[in-house]
Amino acid sequence: MTGTDLGMPAFPPFPEAAREAVGNEVLRANLRHATHTIRDKRARAVAELDDWDRLRAAGKAVKDHTLRHLDRYLLELEAAVTAAGGTVHWAVDAEEANRIVTGLVLATGEREVVKVKSMATQEIGLNEALEAAGIAAYETDLAELIVQLGHDRPSHILVPAIHRNRGEIRDLFRTEMGRWGRPAPEDLGDDPRELAEAARLHLREKFLRARVGVSGANFMVAETGTMVVLESEGNGRMCLTLPETLISVVGIEKVVPTFRDLEIFLQTLPRSSTAERMNPYTTMWTGLGPSKGADGDGPTAFHLVLLDNGRTDTLADPTGRQALRCIRCSACLNVCPVYERAGGHAYGSVYPGPIGAVLSPQLRGTAAPIDATLPYASTLCGACYEVCPVAIDIPEILVHLRERVVQGGPVTREGVRVRIRPAHGHTAERAAMRAARLLLDRPGALRAGERLLSRARRLRPRRLPGPGRAWTDTRALPDVPAESFRDWWARERKSPQK
Amino acid sequence: MRAALFVTCVNDALYPRTGIAVVRLLERLGVEVDFPAAQSCCGQPQYNTGYRRESEPLLRRTAEAFAGYDHVVTPSGSCAAMIREQYPRIGRKAAEEGRGSTLAALADDLVPRVRELTEFLVDVLGVTDVGAYFPHTVTYHPSCHGLRSLGLGDRPRRLLAAVKGLELIELPGAEECCGFGGTFALKNPDVSAAMGADKIRSARATGAEVLCGADNSCLAHLEGTLRHAGEPLRTLHLAEILAATEEEPPR
Ligand code: SF4
Repeated sequence: MTGTDLGMPAFPPFPEAAREAVGNEVLRANLRHATHTIRDKRARAVAELDDWDRLRAAGKAVKDHTLRHLDRYLLELEAAVTAAGGTVHWAVDAEEANRIVTGLVLATGEREVVKVKSMATQEIGLNEALEAAGIAAYETDLAELIVQLGHDRPSHILVPAIHRNRGEIRDLFRTEMGRWGRPAPEDLGDDPRELAEAARLHLREKFLRARVGVSGANFMVAETGTMVVLESEGNGRMCLTLPETLISVVGIEKVVPTFRDLEIFLQTLPRSSTAERMNPYTTMWTGLGPSKGADGDGPTAFHLVLLDNGRTDTLADPTGRQALRCIRCSACLNVCPVYERAGGHAYGSVYPGPIGAVLSPQLRGTAAPIDATLPYASTLCGACYEVCPVAIDIPEILVHLRERVVQGGPVTREGVRVRIRPAHGHTAERAAMRAARLLLDRPGALRAGERLLSRARRLRPRRLPGPGRAWTDTRALPDVPAESFRDWWARERKSPQK
Repeated sequence: MRAALFVTCVNDALYPRTGIAVVRLLERLGVEVDFPAAQSCCGQPQYNTGYRRESEPLLRRTAEAFAGYDHVVTPSGSCAAMIREQYPRIGRKAAEEGRGSTLAALADDLVPRVRELTEFLVDVLGVTDVGAYFPHTVTYHPSCHGLRSLGLGDRPRRLLAAVKGLELIELPGAEECCGFGGTFALKNPDVSAAMGADKIRSARATGAEVLCGADNSCLAHLEGTLRHAGEPLRTLHLAEILAATEEEPPR
């Protein structure tokens, strides 16, 4: 099986993890409020554009084209970044990426780095790897900072601390900030402005001191070697411009062919994610550029670490590969009724929600309990597909992965085509599905079965055993009619049937 | 006009009233209804749970049962969506895996002839006022597959709004899934129940007497939730409301 690591400890199966969240009233209220607010705003922001459908189709087309020729565009990117004075490193998995970054930081002689929100570095558990090497990594995105101060895990792509409310954040700032640097004011309240100010002062100290910055990127432009980061607070920009050394860790699927392609995503991403017409801070950098170096602004050394970590294997699957189109806007999370109740932690990955349910089992394989249950963490209601700005048919991938879980099948692992066996624990279900199919495929037997059910309807228990138990715990069973439709029709139309 | 009824396995065994209502309604509108007895389940439970191969014989059975009918009508958006969206996929995959192209051909032949009940009424028969009488307040839950896979749009609401005596009250958050999701309700019971409870809460807040839907599987989940909680609100399939007249009210 694959050894791809998404930076998370072993996780319980999804239904178990979700049960806890469903029972947590505060969490559910926080999530409901946050997701409903943003989903309504997103709908309005998208409705403003009369060419949304065309932008969506264009984004999908650009991503598909790039993925089809990924090798070519990555080489083009490497050449452009190198020509502009940057250094490109290739990392096949989490371990290699962590080793490269740790080595680069140690080589600068520094023992601390500032970070701007990067899912890729969370995916590989970079902070933990740095810590093990004696390097402190400070998250500078406000939400990431909250997660880090709370020794917590992110639960949302864009708003990693979505599960926290203001009171909880204030308490966290008061107790934890002092241990990391500048403490929060004694009398800190829970007003968002006060909280933001406390974070600003705390972070400023870090920015001015740090000489190494670590970032991710939303896009990489092959033709120019340009890296693009979109963020809302400006903390990211500080992080990208103040340090002397900048190290960017980016998944290989983030590349787009030309600068012009950005025009699509710079419209669809902010509207889908934060419901804004334009992103507040869009920072772009191209290697070191002509103005860099001794008398210019910005870093004097730039390293790009290109991360595979299961992506090429995912690319080999014709149905599953569309998940690599994802631009991490989080619209699918905000609209998902399951995410809203289960919370992001239940997904056991830095990628929660619908996209996480299809991405994690592809990047990590379906062997672990969490990964075997993620494809079932959906009612297939289709809301995620409807909002996705790059038209990823998430329900289609979910069903595809369910098939992989229960029936096994061919997958690509570390570049080799292998046939995996079904995940454990589906024997009874498989037998039931088979039996149902055999019954349903014989209308005579089906009719006899229905009659038996009708005759026994008074014996029907109020609670069912086995998997039916879950139904009768919260729902009453439907009444069994005295006669099936089939029998009614036969009687009514006097045309006796077998 | 002649049409074949695809009643669906859930309706056949548990909700025959819905099938009977479709027959009454269509015959009242002058359609000659046939019920090919060889029909069974569309295969959705198998397919959506990951047992694609197990759904293949059911695709074949369904397609063969309805061969030769110009119109196949079904009172389930979910089963209609299964046929329309997934049958071609199942056929294509079977062919890719070297099991011949007959499934694909069967799918291609069946798909354009299948219509969910409200599509058949509005698009084929061209009616929105079906001459029904139902003097109650009703709120409508659009099930996800009808809503998103088929794109039923406002057809159900237009049909309901034209019913004499009926007062239609909008359901807040109508487009949010009720939490049924087939085997999801069994595999993720806690999340499913929480979603069902929220849907019921919105439905109750409308003050309507009837919670109407066009998919009995979702309604079974909601009705079960209502009854478990001892709520007086009742659920009814859209077909039963549309079939109701002064002489023959439902239930
Ligand atoms: S899957 Fe689509 S909607 Fe979800 S985060 Fe990715 S791009 Fe956004």
